[in-house]
Amino acid sequence: MFEQVVFYTFAAVLTLAAGMVITVRNPVHAALFLVLAFFASSGLWLLLEAEFLAIALVLVYVGAVMVLFLFVVMMLDINLTVLREGFARYLPIAGIAAVLMFVAVGSVLTQEKFTLAKTAAEVAHPADYNNTRELGLALYTQYVWPFEIAAVLLLVAIIAAIALTLRHTRQTKAPKPEKQVAVRREDRVRLVKVEAERQG
Amino acid sequence: MSAVADYFKSLTLWELVKGLKLTGTYLFDRKITVQYPEEKTPMSPRFRGLHALRRYPNGEERCIACKLCEAVCPALAITIESEPRDDGTRRTTKYEIDLTKCIFCGFCEESCPVDSIVETRHFEYHGEKRGDLLMTKEKLLANAERFEAQIAADRATEARYR
Amino acid sequence: MINPFALLQEQLTALGFIPAPLVVVAVIVAKILVIVLPLMGGVAYLTLAERKVIGYIQVRLGPNRVGPKGLLQPIADALKLLTKEMVVPSGASRFLFIIAPILALGPALAAWAVIPFHSEVVLADINAGLLYLLALTSLGVYGIIVAGWSSNSKYAFLGAMRSAAQIVSYEIAMGFALVGVLVAAGSLNLGDIVAAQRGGLGPLSWFWVPLFPLFIIYFISGVAETNRAPFDVSEGESEIVAGFHVEYAGMGFALFFLAEYANMILISALTSVMFLGGWLSPIPGIPDGIHWFLAKTSFFLFLFLWFRATFPRYRYDQIMRLGWKIFLPITIVWIVVVAAMVVWKLPPWFAA
Repeated sequence: MFEQVVFYTFAAVLTLAAGMVITVRNPVHAALFLVLAFFASSGLWLLLEAEFLAIALVLVYVGAVMVLFLFVVMMLDINLTVLREGFARYLPIAGIAAVLMFVAVGSVLTQEKFTLAKTAAEVAHPADYNNTRELGLALYTQYVWPFEIAAVLLLVAIIAAIALTLRHTRQTKAPKPEKQVAVRREDRVRLVKVEAERQG
Repeated sequence: MSAVADYFKSLTLWELVKGLKLTGTYLFDRKITVQYPEEKTPMSPRFRGLHALRRYPNGEERCIACKLCEAVCPALAITIESEPRDDGTRRTTKYEIDLTKCIFCGFCEESCPVDSIVETRHFEYHGEKRGDLLMTKEKLLANAERFEAQIAADRATEARYR
Repeated sequence: MINPFALLQEQLTALGFIPAPLVVVAVIVAKILVIVLPLMGGVAYLTLAERKVIGYIQVRLGPNRVGPKGLLQPIADALKLLTKEMVVPSGASRFLFIIAPILALGPALAAWAVIPFHSEVVLADINAGLLYLLALTSLGVYGIIVAGWSSNSKYAFLGAMRSAAQIVSYEIAMGFALVGVLVAAGSLNLGDIVAAQRGGLGPLSWFWVPLFPLFIIYFISGVAETNRAPFDVSEGESEIVAGFHVEYAGMGFALFFLAEYANMILISALTSVMFLGGWLSPIPGIPDGIHWFLAKTSFFLFLFLWFRATFPRYRYDQIMRLGWKIFLPITIVWIVVVAAMVVWKLPPWFAA
């Protein structure tokens, strides 16, 4: 009973927030609704006793990714009228794509093996069951290769992003802090002993 | 070489520790705060506070309405009007100092040939409504009456420097 | 020792007319109050301590007029702020403007759920405690960003941008420092982390010795994370007035103030739990106790104030350089060192 109330609350918040993300006009509000959606889904995962995933979702997506999103969205001066211009023109194609997507997802989910009856019943774990530990063991033993390959892929993506955006010409005239910090008194000040001139 | 040495020295946070040590010693230093209403700093006999318009010991007003103070006042805070009195002497009918304009430079006191307008050591005064800080002749005379003992004593000690 | 909460639960159940789930909720609420109320008092008196300590360092006396020795000053401040009007600027995003201070304070309070005060004295003894803390400390930035954006003010926005960039950068160094701790302790549970620091050497067996660079970096990053001097560019009085909370008055401002000081206390408590052995006694033979935890936390709080009285504000690019180019590499290198120490069971810390 209690669990169901919690589930439906989170689920309602999640769907509502997700809907708002694509319907509100203000992009900052949309980003904040996305944050709310992440929170709600993290709550759902907590309900499934997947506390590591739930917290990791908040940590990674809410704590880092969405902050950067907000950062960018706030800086941008988005002109909504320009964004809306092609709405009618692209509606048919986008509509077809959306329907296809919906059908594809639906046909996968309605298959026999996804029905409730086929899902394994929830295993009751003892109180000291450590979700994080189990996940770590699985990732680093059974799935070590996929895990490492994913890590390498991410690394490649990071390096590629940096390589694509790095400009070697330094555009700002701001002094480099490491050089400023390294300055010692001896570099700047020279004590000179001047001989007093002798009057002839 | 020294750059490398400096780098490692910076990692030890040595300079930050030096700064912390300095402020740390001041934490236990004797505090110099003067707790004002209870404690007061020593005050010079030349202190320039609230104005007063003095009288001679026989009760006669010193002011002869020469208007030197009005002329010298850089803030134009003094207003004087004068008329001959019944005995033929020139006296002020109005002598006002607007304390909201006054900059307490002491020029009025310096310029006064008869030591009439003076600045007392009193500075803890206030006004609660509009006009309270406009010192009329009556108020200035009353000030003088209130602080005459100290005014006279200060003038006596300072006489040899004038 | 009698557990007062177990007693409360018994009494409430004995009353008979309250359903069992409500009793559980009531006990949890009581526990939260027992943590949050002293915390709020601590925040109030931390402001007084700050003004006193900085005053003393500047050879002044600090506030000493309200009540004996100025002890009622925080209460006077709170009353003043409570009676002030909260002004919502025209053109501000009203809902976000009002909710931003709450977003700032919420995580700072929620994080206390997993802080162990003693071996069994903790509100929520969860296995992923460290992760939970990382997640919550990273949420505090939302209050600042939302406040800066919704104020519709240039200064507030600049402050929010500075603060967001700074918090995101230092969070990484902080996270890596915590990874070092969890490698050393082999657990994400804060109680286990403290227990892992118990050893025969007294204070030397705590994690601050083997993890010394991480300890220093964690605390300095904590100072940066709470936007305290010398990393207070998000407020930067002389540059951008007051930064993100420039448009706030009254209770909204007070909430930001509470959030900042609650975060300071949180960072100090975490540093003492993770590196200084929490409730463990530094002197062998003297029993452990919550007073040790409080003493260690107070020590770090004093450091916060001492830093503020000592160091001038960092320039923004120098803050970024410190975070990304110095702290981050050092933490990564030291995680490898810690892992090696753990694998080779370096005595006396990792012998077991």
